[in-house]
Amino acid sequence: MTAGMEMPRRSWVEQIMGMPISVHLRGPGVSTGPGVARVVAAVFEQLRQVDHLMSTYRADSEVIRHRRGELTLSRCHPWVREVVELCEQARLRTDGYFDARLPGGFDPSGLVKGWAVERAARLLAGIDACDYYLNAGGDIALGVAAPDAPGWRVGIEDPRDPTRILAVREARCGGVATSGSAARGAHIVDPHTGRRPDDLLAVTLIGPTLLWADVYATAAFARGADALHWLRTHAPAYEALVVYRDGRAAPADGADQHPEPPAWQA
Amino acid sequence: MRKIAVAIASTICGLVLLFTYPTSTGQTVAAAGALPVALPPNESSLSSGGVSAPLPQTSNSSSGPGTGGAGGTFAGSTSKTRYGPVQVQISVTGGRITAATLLQVPHEAGRTDRINSQAVPILNQETVQAQSAQIDTVSGATYTSDGYMQSLQSAIDAAHLG
Repeated sequence: MTAGMEMPRRSWVEQIMGMPISVHLRGPGVSTGPGVARVVAAVFEQLRQVDHLMSTYRADSEVIRHRRGELTLSRCHPWVREVVELCEQARLRTDGYFDARLPGGFDPSGLVKGWAVERAARLLAGIDACDYYLNAGGDIALGVAAPDAPGWRVGIEDPRDPTRILAVREARCGGVATSGSAARGAHIVDPHTGRRPDDLLAVTLIGPTLLWADVYATAAFARGADALHWLRTHAPAYEALVVYRDGRAAPADGADQHPEPPAWQA
Repeated sequence: MRKIAVAIASTICGLVLLFTYPTSTGQTVAAAGALPVALPPNESSLSSGGVSAPLPQTSNSSSGPGTGGAGGTFAGSTSKTRYGPVQVQISVTGGRITAATLLQVPHEAGRTDRINSQAVPILNQETVQAQSAQIDTVSGATYTSDGYMQSLQSAIDAAHLG
């Protein structure tokens, strides 16, 4: 039994940006601390504000008005300008495998979620003596308060069966992101070929920031079969799990004798 | 034999009715403090029979969600996967998931899995099959609200709401 197992824990869930977003807090004051509920409300409010500014599903969002030419970048909210700049950085860092310049116009959706969730999670980090995580549709920003506090145990979902867990990693700080086609169908496009990649079922990255875990996971998914090799050179600070579509079938029993090394890279 | 099967099925149905989550498309995610809503019996695919083989589970310390994470056993709703109906149950002790069990497994689940050869050893080396995982949260491809209702994350959330 570690100390964290007896710690009071509390969760909140709201539907924002078209997905359920869960906040979990763990610490002595999560039930009694007067400011806790206020901070959590601020987290959800900030995410709603990002959605209003940057959703591509809202005709009046700044991103859409900018795309239509009604709003110059210099007149956009500072958050929009920051995201535009980050999208360009992401394109350069991923050899163009992450590209917000879609055929339909500028679409930062692939980066906005990670950016917004990581940003909102900073508010949770300000709660005294409290471990936190913010899980937005399967992408997670997390942290623990004390150097000796146990980490959060993150299960990586099996893309073929969401009731199964492929692996578990304990994380104390940073982000976990999974890109794949399991939940929403094929929505990632290889920007170089226009092809919808189908080599992989899912790519999960764990590392220092959710924003870049998310960007690199998306890029690696678009990259396809050599995703692991590509990640090793492009995102060395991140641990990765890749699930292949056409992987060799492994027998359900006796698989523990399998000689292949795990797909994790340190 | 048939009588026993029926008895087991009704026990599980009872559990399901107590702790399932809403699955209809019109419903939104439960906000903080809200309790999961029980399904009417005719929506539980346990009563449809034939397709799946419910596995008997003992639930010795059941308590509802919203108990401050103290503990209990919670069953998610039955979700229809491409392999057939699947239902997951988690046990929470001291605010942590101590066990995740598949209450319903489609027949196809027993066949050779197509998980890639590299992922399988991880699964075995770390003994992290859902049946024995101790997890605080779940990472997966972005799910929709409907997908959330059937997810392990929704069960984890429900165990700590309030």
